[in-house]
Amino acid sequence: MATRLFGSGIRRREDPRLITGSATYTDDLTLPGMVHAAMLRSPHAHATVGTIDISRAQASPGVLAVYTGKDTSDGLQPMPCAWLVPDADLKVATYPCIATDTVRYVGDIVAVVVAEDPYQAYDALDLIDVEYTALPAVTNPAEAAGDGAPQVHADVDKNQAFHWAVSGGDVDAAFKDAEVVVKERIIQQRLIPNAMEPRAALAEYDQASGDLTLWNTTQNPHILRFLNSVVTGVPEDRARIIAPEVGGGFGSKIPAYPGEFITVFCAKQLGRPVKWNETRSENYQATTHGRDHVQEIELAAKKDGTITGLRCTVWAGMGAYLSTAAPGIPTILHGLMLPACYGIPAIKEDVYGVYTNTTPVEAYRGAGRPEATFMVERMVDRLAGEIGMDPADVRKKNLIPAFDDGHDTVTGLTYDSGDYPTALDKLLSHADYARLRAEQATARKSGRYIGLGLSTYVEMCGLGPSQVAGAIGFQGGLWESAIVRVHPTGKVHVFIGTSPHGQGEETTFAQIVADEIGVGADDVKVIHGDTDTTPMGWGTYGSRTTAVGGAALAKAARKVRDKAKVIAAHLLEAAVEDMEFADGKYSVKGSPDKAKSLAEVALMANVAWNMPANVEAGLEASTFYDPPNFTFPFGAHLAVVEVDKATGQVDLKRYVAIDDCGPQINPVIVEGQVHGGVVQGIGQALWEQAVYDDSGQLVTGSMLDYALPRAGRLPEIEVLSTVTPSPHHPLGVKGIGEAGTIASTVAVYNAVMDALGPLGVETIDMPFTPERVWRAIQQATKGH
Amino acid sequence: MKVPVNITVNGRSYQRDVEPRQLLVHFIRDLGGLTGTKVGCDTSQCGSCTVLLDGVAVKSCSCLAVQADGAAVTTIEGLAEQGTLHPLQEAFWDKHGLQCGFCTPGMILASHELLRHNPDPSDADIRHGLEGNLCRCTGYQNIVRAVRHAADALAEK
Ligand code: FES
Ligand code: FES
Repeated sequence: MATRLFGSGIRRREDPRLITGSATYTDDLTLPGMVHAAMLRSPHAHATVGTIDISRAQASPGVLAVYTGKDTSDGLQPMPCAWLVPDADLKVATYPCIATDTVRYVGDIVAVVVAEDPYQAYDALDLIDVEYTALPAVTNPAEAAGDGAPQVHADVDKNQAFHWAVSGGDVDAAFKDAEVVVKERIIQQRLIPNAMEPRAALAEYDQASGDLTLWNTTQNPHILRFLNSVVTGVPEDRARIIAPEVGGGFGSKIPAYPGEFITVFCAKQLGRPVKWNETRSENYQATTHGRDHVQEIELAAKKDGTITGLRCTVWAGMGAYLSTAAPGIPTILHGLMLPACYGIPAIKEDVYGVYTNTTPVEAYRGAGRPEATFMVERMVDRLAGEIGMDPADVRKKNLIPAFDDGHDTVTGLTYDSGDYPTALDKLLSHADYARLRAEQATARKSGRYIGLGLSTYVEMCGLGPSQVAGAIGFQGGLWESAIVRVHPTGKVHVFIGTSPHGQGEETTFAQIVADEIGVGADDVKVIHGDTDTTPMGWGTYGSRTTAVGGAALAKAARKVRDKAKVIAAHLLEAAVEDMEFADGKYSVKGSPDKAKSLAEVALMANVAWNMPANVEAGLEASTFYDPPNFTFPFGAHLAVVEVDKATGQVDLKRYVAIDDCGPQINPVIVEGQVHGGVVQGIGQALWEQAVYDDSGQLVTGSMLDYALPRAGRLPEIEVLSTVTPSPHHPLGVKGIGEAGTIASTVAVYNAVMDALGPLGVETIDMPFTPERVWRAIQQATKGH
Repeated sequence: MKVPVNITVNGRSYQRDVEPRQLLVHFIRDLGGLTGTKVGCDTSQCGSCTVLLDGVAVKSCSCLAVQADGAAVTTIEGLAEQGTLHPLQEAFWDKHGLQCGFCTPGMILASHELLRHNPDPSDADIRHGLEGNLCRCTGYQNIVRAVRHAADALAEK
């Protein structure tokens, strides 16, 4: 019996190169004649730029060239925005690669130096003299949208990049008839993604042939190839984009950036390979940030806990320019999810995208969905408090009952399948919720503040079909592609259009193929991240790699299987209808000894000495898979905290996650995704925040100042799951990359507020630093 | 003005003339091929650059090449012996202690240091001992498991 690899937690096939240091990330590459670029970035959040004197820099040792915006304005077109959300009065302000007359955030590029070695390039940056005239800056999105705020772009009134609205059901009636209304203003603070590998680019340009090779830290090389053609003018057929080993992205490596295009520009001009590697400080200033919402929310309900409506206004900071996919994140990926796992029957949300003098905002793990989940889950707890019901009971009362064939929401989505009550029940019983509540009550009597925080969520992954992409203004498709090629010895190459960078698809995709066609996982090599060798695809983000790319792969593998069956039937002199694929072999039904292995079939297919009539040589198939719908993973999480009343210190004591991503290809990898996702969400609740001062300086400009989660401050995360297959995915899988982050921030938030409830504290802006918590306690108790 | 140094890396000695300001991490990465040691920050926070300097873990971004003159450095490339993975490398693989792998060389060498001081650490010891190394992918949990697993494997040896 061939063991099924789907569902087995085999070790990752990418790890040997990563644990021995032989993996090659962009900055590890060296080419003959390679020189180094460094970017001069604006120290001002908002300023006009006068003369730029580059003469001293040009004369500096080792310097080959210094370019300013005047030099690049012909060779580099403005940065495009690729998610043009419709019906939103979208105003895409001009985003030059190198600023010429105005800088709009600390980190805006004003010049580039290319030198023989990186130290020389950085030395020369210090010798460029730029005349700035500082202008007033604005960093808070709600303030930027107000009257009299400094204008980030002269041609964008009130800094309003867009106004998008979603509504469904009768919200006015819901609030008119409401027995209870709870309100809150929530700050989804700005976060810095912090992939551990900073961004980097290496461009090699052949001036004779016009061929460009660009190695880049990207999550989506094919999109980058297209955008590169728009900005640098190198046509798609002449550009090869390679995403080598990529050290995490979390959304920050989706967008195209000026940095890589400036690197291409320099390589074209100089005829030498040019490498640019950002420093971590540059990464903080100029690699995209996430979140940055100011949210005003009202929830309408009945006294028995039935939720009847949700009304909200969001000011979403976009930063100084619209990053590649930015407009879609606080709108499509956010507002449409507001019915949540409760199927809230009436929704109205207004979202104002606002330019500020800050780093551009993009997708950051969860991208819009954590912000939506937070709003709903926080308000559910507020409602529970208001009507004196346990938060778990309010959730139970409102959860959509189990369904396996679609649930329509008032925002126009159709959830594919779900069993939310079972996930919550499993969570409560595993955690022994009733006992935890009893312990909490006992602890309170002795002056200890323990809090329980729940979050039940549904999210959407695997964006598609492409028709929907067009309707929502996404300037691309949302299908995925795969090629499965079986070599004469039965070894398999898989080429995919997605571009994993830590998620482990070299392993899980090999597992899929192994089962589908009858080879070992070790016989399958998964090739990705090179536009010259892989089929067109849209990349790895939005938990879509397995949800869409995995489906494409399964379908391609099934085509190979079908062809193998035909060839095997021919070789066995059997009718194709009498053949089956069982135990990893192609055999005649009822006669398992009359069988051919994939290797036997592959050899014949490749030499083609004896093929069935009308069957082409070779054993290979490709697919373009356009999903019929999104997938909708869901789950229920619980956080337990203890707050020290005297110091404001929050201690996260326990964390339990139940997630349902459908059948799990590799449960060890799924668990790893949950761990990482949960911790990133905890980071938002407890430690992380990008802080700008009033002049627009990024105060948290280094890893010293921005508090990332560290090993010592986290409990062991308990990971459980339920399994509800997606009805429309060929393998039933849904996606798990972002679930943890979507659920965990508000679980921890709710836990802290639950702990502080008896003290009368109602709201604290994240992150829960001891000082903030302590001040909130002091204010609520007036120091008693 | 360049300064001559002689630094042994993974058992091989390298004589080079270096700028006095050159960081050890750049010296190592520029030797040709030894790029397993990573640079993840510019404030000595992330630990991606951790190497063993005369057997002791250091952040090689906070050390100048000239300071390592005469010393012996072990990088991630030098940890496996004759093609046999070090128990820490095996453990990181077995326990899924890595995702994107960028922090991993530093994590493994920092864990090496931890186990040198405390061959039988508790989970809390491990978490405390790795506070100087950042990982954005794993949430640390499987790294803790890996180090614990390696400790057991080393104890059996
Ligand atoms: S590179 Fe971050 S600590 Fe050395
Ligand atoms: S595995 Fe990616 S940073 Fe640790």
